[in-house]
Amino acid sequence: MDVTLALQLLVQGVLLGGIYGLIAMGLSLIFGVMGVINFAHGQMMVMGMYVSYWIFVLLGIDPYVSLVVVAAGTFLLGYAIQSSVVNRILDYPEAMQVLPLVAMGLILENTALLLWGPDHRSPQTALGLEALWIGPVMVDVSRLIAFALAILITSLIFFFLKKTDIGKSIRAAADNRTGAILVGIDVNRIFNIAFGIGAASTGAAGALLLPLMPVSPHMGHDFTLTAFIVVILGGLGNLMGALIGGLILGVTESLSTLLLPATLKQVVSFSILVLIMIFRPRGLFGGKK
Amino acid sequence: MNRLLLFLSSILAILLVLPLFLDKYALGIFVMIFFYAYLGQSWNVLTGYTGHISLGHALYVGIGAYTTTFLAKDFGLTPWAGMVAGGVIAVIVALFLGFLGFRFGLRGVYFVIMTIAFAEIARLIVSHVEALGSFSGIFIDFSPSFWNFQFRGNIPYYYISLGLMVGSLVVVRLLEVSRLGRFMVAIREDEEAAQSLGVNTFRINMIAISISAFMTSIAGAFYANYIFYLHPNTLFGMGLSIELILRPIVGGLGTLFGPIIGSFILTPLSEISRAYFAKGGLEGLHLILYGVLTILVVLFMPKGIIVYVRRALRPVLEPGKAKQGV
Repeated sequence: MDVTLALQLLVQGVLLGGIYGLIAMGLSLIFGVMGVINFAHGQMMVMGMYVSYWIFVLLGIDPYVSLVVVAAGTFLLGYAIQSSVVNRILDYPEAMQVLPLVAMGLILENTALLLWGPDHRSPQTALGLEALWIGPVMVDVSRLIAFALAILITSLIFFFLKKTDIGKSIRAAADNRTGAILVGIDVNRIFNIAFGIGAASTGAAGALLLPLMPVSPHMGHDFTLTAFIVVILGGLGNLMGALIGGLILGVTESLSTLLLPATLKQVVSFSILVLIMIFRPRGLFGGKK
Repeated sequence: MNRLLLFLSSILAILLVLPLFLDKYALGIFVMIFFYAYLGQSWNVLTGYTGHISLGHALYVGIGAYTTTFLAKDFGLTPWAGMVAGGVIAVIVALFLGFLGFRFGLRGVYFVIMTIAFAEIARLIVSHVEALGSFSGIFIDFSPSFWNFQFRGNIPYYYISLGLMVGSLVVVRLLEVSRLGRFMVAIREDEEAAQSLGVNTFRINMIAISISAFMTSIAGAFYANYIFYLHPNTLFGMGLSIELILRPIVGGLGTLFGPIIGSFILTPLSEISRAYFAKGGLEGLHLILYGVLTILVVLFMPKGIIVYVRRALRPVLEPGKAKQGV
């Protein structure tokens, strides 16, 4: 086995894992607060990718800058979905909770298909092809920036949840919905904001991914599944677990290409998923439920 | 009950003579209506009656289609026998999935995610097996004969798919009135309570998932010999898994006629709008409409359209009660 190649893959895996972590943290937050699984999560990320693609092509603004606009846009999308649909189904049986979000994913995916067509698009961003050499290992600058920003955004969300009033209300509503209502928290509004933040983090991850891979309408559901795997690895509802789970999955997928064709790497991730669910259903680091 | 039977037999009689008056395109739409009603009914057995949500039922469609086609192509086995072989394999896979899910207590969302994971693993593996056509899929040569399960024109497919739909209706009705069916509904309502009353819930769950998988794989065998083209992404993909659950949900989950009513409403809508929108370069729009419709149904009529159909048919089926205004 080639050591340099393995090292190269390890670095790539860690860097991609940071973005996986950001995507999954949004999913974990949504589950932790509302108790629903966002089956449209990857499709929301693709929306983020397309919006930042649009801004780049039309205005020439780099995805790392338009990130803020993209996050704001997906926040509004999440806010709207929670207030129009998800708040109404919180007390439904589980079967009925899954379906509207699956349907939402279908709507988002095909809206992207309708607006942008089925082609793969990859913009040539300014830093797209730059690379650094650390010893024998090549690091794409865009991967490095994406990783750093993903960790930064994740930290900001942690800070927001710990220190601000809205963040504290979100955690209160997550712990005890009835209790939160009793002390005068407008739980529906808090839920809208929480879903919005979850959506914004996956949308931001989309903008970070844009320089790294071509965007196409049907890639969303793969990312929804990736996010599921990461979240279950880290423990449903455990935000720190989502970040670490992202790194683990990124590295595993990357290293598995040493032994398997790249198109089969997901078989490894899905097998990990099934094993974790069976033997450690609370994930590696403990979670809700 | 007798009035209901009379009503159903007259509908069946109409459906039996209908091909005399339809052209090929309209027949094709009816084939799809019956096909998706059958598929929805097969899924309904597991999810509607025992409450375990499968979002990976395409797995069994794929197994049925691929097994039948593989055996026919490489061993010259007639699909009539191949579909039984496919059914057996589907049951084995379902028992494995069920064992993991039910023995280790994967409930709710965890079970859903496991069904998706199994379908995706199967999709990826089939995409890499040369003998199964890998990424490019398998084209089936057209050589029409009864033995090959291939026919010229849509009339034979019409009757076969109608037979499948009616057959599934009979099976599910028999299930509904049997002890097994009652136990399944008990599990749906409260699995722990059922267990504490002495129901062997593990065994019942395993039987339910096996019946559902077997029925679903037959649909796969039919589909392969109707479309003549197999592709792992369409046959094992999440798209089909979603497609096949929409009809029972819109019609009414866990009811005998829900999947059929749902299919009679959704399938023509989707077939016609697909053709209509694709002409204007608006492919995908019919799926957006689907999504919106599903959300509206879940929000505003969670018991499905069957509730309204029952109400509308009450004067016909139970004239006595209608007069009393019950």
